[in-house]
Parts: sequence; C-alpha cells; structure tokens
Amino acid sequence: MSSKMQSSNNIAQARRTVQQLRVEANIERIKVSKASADLMNYCSEHAKYDPLLMGIPASENPFKDRKPCTIL
Amino acid sequence: MGEMEQMKKEAEALKTQIEAARKAVHDTDMASAASGVAPAPRVQLKTRKNLKGHLAKIYAMHWSTDNRLMVSASQDGKLLIWDSHTGNKVNAVPLKSSWVMTCAYAPSGNLVASGGLDNMCTVYNLKTPVIKTVKELDAHTGYLSCARFLSDTEILTASGDTTCALWDLETGKQKTVFLNHVGDCMCLSLSPDMNSFVSGACDSLAKLWDIRDGQCKQTFQGHTSDINAISFLPSGNAFITGSDDCTCKMYDLRADQEVIGYQDAALNSGVTSLALSMSARLIFAGYDDFNCNIWDSLKGEKVGVLSGHDNRVSCTGVPPDGMCVCTGSWDSFLKIWN
Repeated sequence: MSSKMQSSNNIAQARRTVQQLRVEANIERIKVSKASADLMNYCSEHAKYDPLLMGIPASENPFKDRKPCTIL
Repeated sequence: MGEMEQMKKEAEALKTQIEAARKAVHDTDMASAASGVAPAPRVQLKTRKNLKGHLAKIYAMHWSTDNRLMVSASQDGKLLIWDSHTGNKVNAVPLKSSWVMTCAYAPSGNLVASGGLDNMCTVYNLKTPVIKTVKELDAHTGYLSCARFLSDTEILTASGDTTCALWDLETGKQKTVFLNHVGDCMCLSLSPDMNSFVSGACDSLAKLWDIRDGQCKQTFQGHTSDINAISFLPSGNAFITGSDDCTCKMYDLRADQEVIGYQDAALNSGVTSLALSMSARLIFAGYDDFNCNIWDSLKGEKVGVLSGHDNRVSCTGVPPDGMCVCTGSWDSFLKIWN
C-alpha cells in the first residue's frame, strides 16, 4: 500500500472514530439513583413471580422426579 | 494543524466530555441505593436432572420458549434436543463441523442454529420428517461465537472477526453488519423489545446497537479482559456482563455506565456464562473453576453456589418461565437445578 493510501485510510478511520464518539457523547443520561430505583422497583414487583427466588412446592415442580407411593 | 492532529484532539475532547457527563450523573451506585432492600434469601438449589448424552465438552445451550425443550452443543459434533422434564433426548443433529461454539433455539421452536470454528452459522429445521439443514450462513471471516434468532426469518450472529451481523434467513445473506468492536465478539443479547442488542468482545467493551440502522449507540467500559457473557435484564434498561477478569458487572443504558460489580477476592476464575432469574434479582454466573455462583443483583453479594460439575461450567440458561436454571459443562453433562 502506498503511504498516501495508508494515510488516507488512517484519516478515514480517525473520522469514523470521531463520528462515533459524537454519537455516544450526545445521549441524554439519567442519574444512577433513578436508574437504581427503577431497577429495585422492577425486582420487587416481579419477585413474587420468580420461582427461583420464592421456591417451588414439590407438587408444582415439573423437574422433580416423582417417586411412586406405596399404600401400606 | 493537519487533519489527523485535529481529529485526535477532537476525539480526546469527546472522550473527556463523555467521562464528565457520566460522572455528573453518578450520584450513587446500585449497592448503596439498595442498602435498604431486604437481602435475597440464601439460595440452595438441588440438581433435579443430570442430562447424560454428550461425549465431549459442552460449549453452549439454549432454552426453547416452551420452557421444556432445550438445545445443547458439544464438540462431540452433535446438537442434542432435550425434554428437560423427562431428561430424554428428543433429537440429535449431527454437525458437519464438530468445532461448535454456540447454539440457538428459534422462538417458534421450528429451527435451531449452530456455529463455531467453521465461521458459519448453520440453521436446521426440526419440524421436517427428517431434520434438514435449511441454510448455511457463510460470510464471517472469523469463528461464530454466538447466534440468536429474532424470528424464523432473521438471526443475529457475533463473530471472532470483530463484527456482529443480522441475516435474512430467506436469502441467506447479511442484511446489516455491525462494525465497531476492535476485538473478537464473544456474545450478544437481544433487548426485550427486539429493537436493539448488546454485544461483548475481547476488547473488554460492551456495545449497544440499533438493529435497524446498524449503528453503535453506546459503548460501556470497565472490564479489564474479554467479555464472554452478556444478558439483557427483562426490564430492558440494563444488562449484565461476565468476563475473563473474574467479575460480572451491571450496566444501565440510561445512566450510560456501570452501576454495580459482582466480584470476590477469593474468586480468581474467569466468568464463562450467565443467566438471570425472572425478576432479575438473581444472577447465575458460570466460572472456569467448575462452579456456578449466584449473586444478588441489587446488593452485589454472593447468595449461593451450584457445585457439582467436574469441569468448567461453559453455559447457563434460565427458561422464560424462570422455573429452573440449567448449567452445561466441559464435563459433558447438563444439570437442571431448582
């Protein structure tokens, strides 16, 4: 590659980097306190529906191996 | 000043601006904000099923949306479809290339996909009388590390060639290529609304992409090594990453930064995989040290561990109904826990 091509490639790359950084710089950000509060709300609202958090009664557990019952 | 000089100066100024903007909203961190929240209970899960069938290391697994079937991929050169309730194998798909690194189940349940060191993503139809290869997606110039179906007509892939791509399954061609990472892309996760996805790469960065316009919208720093695992929270505003730097992190999209880290001085193995419980309160993270550690996502504390594998835990998955967690390992077994 000629050095002229190389330097124009480098400039193209640098332009893309700057363009990308402009996109990333221009977003609106919210406070971490608000982001955390929203997440805490999500978790607490959905906690009661979370089987791994609440536990699963044996009778409702499709993965638990059924043992045969013997009537004595 | 030459243009190159000018570009460098502007890039530095923009980076400084981004850091300042992030700092300006960093009025707390998640653990501090959650200090008043009751701790998650100690989580003690039992192995309910031990799925034996693969003859070599398992590299990936993915649940079907029916909460019952799952697909696993092993370097024994097979995809196995399991009925997780009975532990039975429903299907076996022989792979052309045994160097598989990822597998995926389509939301419809009709298709599965696999890929790896062959640089291709192969899509199979499970519903034809004999399982058929329907497409070989061939355009990546590096290994396929992750694939996820959006539907029966679109699939997203992540590759060691540093790109991600959206493919049209009818034409077999790439619709959009996502260019910005400077290291191998190792993982991806679709947002719940399917308009965006996040990717993790060996450049230690996570990136948020708009699926339709192909743009990288945000870049997240913090990890100091390869990001091997990534998962969106069901709320759609945050995602978790797992890395070779032995930590997991939660990043919030709207705050544009890391909000909490999950690490322990005693842990010095890389994170290979991760999955979230339904409420997102629990993170199941698979490690190189053969364990899967369970973290309280809000408080950053370890609340349990899944021990039982005899080799690295390579993949983890929770089905959509949240009823269990599945771990897959280099020991060739999959375990179902709840």
